[in-house]
Amino acid sequence: MADKNGFLLRIVTPDKVFYENQVDMVEFNTTEGEIGILPGHIPMTVIVKPGILNISEPEAEKEAALHAGFAEILPEGVTILAEVIEWPGEIDEKRAVAAKERAEERLRSRTPNTDVARAETALQRALARIQVLK
Amino acid sequence: MASMRDIKRRKSSIQGTQQITKAMKLVSTVKLQRARASAERSKDYFNCMYDTVNSILKRIGHVEHKYLASNTSGESAGSENAERNRKKAVIVITSNRGLAGGYNSNVIKLVTRHPEWNKEDLQIFCLGNKGREAFTRYGYEVKDCNSDIVESPVYADARILSEKLLKSFADGEIGEIYLAYTAFKNTVSHIPTLLRLLPVEAGSDDESVEGSDGAREAAAVMNFEPEDAEALDLLIPKYVTSLIYGALRESIASENGARMQAMDSATSNAEEMISDLTLKYNRARQGSITQELTEIIAGAEALG
Repeated sequence: MADKNGFLLRIVTPDKVFYENQVDMVEFNTTEGEIGILPGHIPMTVIVKPGILNISEPEAEKEAALHAGFAEILPEGVTILAEVIEWPGEIDEKRAVAAKERAEERLRSRTPNTDVARAETALQRALARIQVLK
Repeated sequence: MASMRDIKRRKSSIQGTQQITKAMKLVSTVKLQRARASAERSKDYFNCMYDTVNSILKRIGHVEHKYLASNTSGESAGSENAERNRKKAVIVITSNRGLAGGYNSNVIKLVTRHPEWNKEDLQIFCLGNKGREAFTRYGYEVKDCNSDIVESPVYADARILSEKLLKSFADGEIGEIYLAYTAFKNTVSHIPTLLRLLPVEAGSDDESVEGSDGAREAAAVMNFEPEDAEALDLLIPKYVTSLIYGALRESIASENGARMQAMDSATSNAEEMISDLTLKYNRARQGSITQELTEIIAGAEALG
């Protein structure tokens, strides 16, 4: 029942509407694994994990680094409430690489006080940024 | 009658003040426009957030969760539970600077004049200097104050605050979290609002009875990944953060709106005073001329 017109994807951040357009497909990372959404998906709410957001528009493909938030999926459209999301052009590569090294260092030399979950999230975030830039 | 010189001095001092208030009004007009635009831009996010969380709560109905108001244990809770629930954390959003009419005092009054709250049970988290000053003066327990946030809030600031609050909520240090802010309705009307953040009221079924059928149907088929309880664990912190952030945005818009109004009326009051003084000054001048004339004529007559 996938119709040819695709579906409406809205990405909203606390500060602005980040993206709003008809798309064919959108892919991103959730707590349960990677997910790809085509038109006519069953209603679902998922929690976002840091990763790449892949948007397939009819004409072009777009990528962005999506870090936190959740998505509400309905047959006629998808709304992603993103706390942090960036286009490749907005990412500072040097900072991302530095953050990755920092997070890795923290995970390597872990002590009982290390906030492992936080370091892992930071690492995932940095990896997503670096990946999007490539 | 005051001397001409006194009136003149008074008038020029008021003129100086008027210039300042006029400039401040212009500045806050510009700031208001900016703040309002950004408040409106972010409104989408909060509406979505609110709708989603509400639909989840409506769907799962009665579930025991640490962040939710438990429907059953509310009254019959043991004394230990009631003891714990007495402590309330209140986030109060005020401005850093004054000259904004009743903006700050209205929000503060919401807390200090609350009919059911005792001073001892409250912990105040201040955003904005004015709130801290007032609550310290009244002898409240000001737990934390961050006045830099209010100038230009970013989402991360709200997250830090909400994480801290959620942690002490989960540890049982506080039983309830409230948020006092000024809602921005339009340029001239700002409403001081008190909102309970936690525990979240589990979706009351009686609200919007006629519209709820469709909503419930849509909600009934909504799937969650991960499961409900887990999803709530992750969603509610986001929900609280976004509410705090939204309140900050609206408060800033209200602050500038309130200041603009206050400065506008100050400017027109100064205008009024100046025209009054101008009249008095002219009358005094006329009086002194008449007096001089009378004196000259009298002197000439005496000579002749």
